[in-house]
Amino acid sequence: MPEPRLVEVRKNVLKQNDLAARALREQFRAAGVFVVSLVSSPGSGKTAFLEQTLTLLRRDYRVAALVGDLATENDAVRLARSQAPVKQITTGTLCHLEAAMVQNALQKWDLSDLDFLFIENVGNLVCPSSYDLGENLRLVLISVTEGEDKPLKYPTIFNSADVAVVTKMDLASAVEFDWQAAYGNIQAVRPGMQVLKLSAKTGDGMQEYFDFLKGQLEELRVGAAS
Amino acid sequence: MSIVELAEEEAVRRGVQITAIHLRLGALSGVVKEALLASYEMACDDSPLKGSRLVVEDVPVIIFCPSCQMQRPISSIQLFCCAECGTPTSEILQGKEIEVVALEIEECQSPV
Repeated sequence: MPEPRLVEVRKNVLKQNDLAARALREQFRAAGVFVVSLVSSPGSGKTAFLEQTLTLLRRDYRVAALVGDLATENDAVRLARSQAPVKQITTGTLCHLEAAMVQNALQKWDLSDLDFLFIENVGNLVCPSSYDLGENLRLVLISVTEGEDKPLKYPTIFNSADVAVVTKMDLASAVEFDWQAAYGNIQAVRPGMQVLKLSAKTGDGMQEYFDFLKGQLEELRVGAAS
Repeated sequence: MSIVELAEEEAVRRGVQITAIHLRLGALSGVVKEALLASYEMACDDSPLKGSRLVVEDVPVIIFCPSCQMQRPISSIQLFCCAECGTPTSEILQGKEIEVVALEIEECQSPV
């Protein structure tokens, strides 16, 4: 019986995804497109938020979206109402998007025709945090109906995000939403993260959000030119 | 799944039998250790790794504290502050790992 031996390997398990994400990031950079991924729990209003985003932003910018969902194409159908190019990624039983799926979905798209590309992840606050999609900005949504402690329950996804958006603010008083508590919880798990609040339904706060996105795009383009 | 695939590749490359995989798992990896251990056995079924063990080392979050100018642990996963002085920080140095660090192997019988 041979003696068991220990050999050092040191390999990142998500290396395949990280390599695909790096290739995507390079592709996005070369095309000059600003890519935003959206993560949130199911039912937080990602699709309504994105529909409004596409509808309003496409007046001044070239926008498109990829939308990940387990089974249905309902979200893509809803988003198509915005008239922006939309493609569904049906993940089957997989609870998150991976970089290779984004690569596949983008195969026939000319990214240089776009200013903004939005990638709506599967509604899930756990697994998407581990998968880089090559995005410039990861936006985490939290709706006022979910409670102020969501960031404390799912610190990993909030920590992996670049900006937080509090949605359904039109319902804030009805559900006695405590903005200060929610803001404090987000800052506890991700110190310094910018937090926007809005209602996709009434349009309140959407302009500030668009200004933020426009600023990000300008920064990207200035950076690329210099 | 890719943990098993990664180990299989190594086993084939080195011509060895793997008896255990040592994995470093960060507190911010997004992976739950218990769920991983439970699924490992299933993932190994119908593979040369059947019967092998998964040994998971928990990796805590380490941040760089701008006040202490040092590497420090955080107060808790719900509070990204220096555990020593309480300064908030987002500069994470460690804690996102999902890394296969080592394999326990047995040399295969010589084919001849």
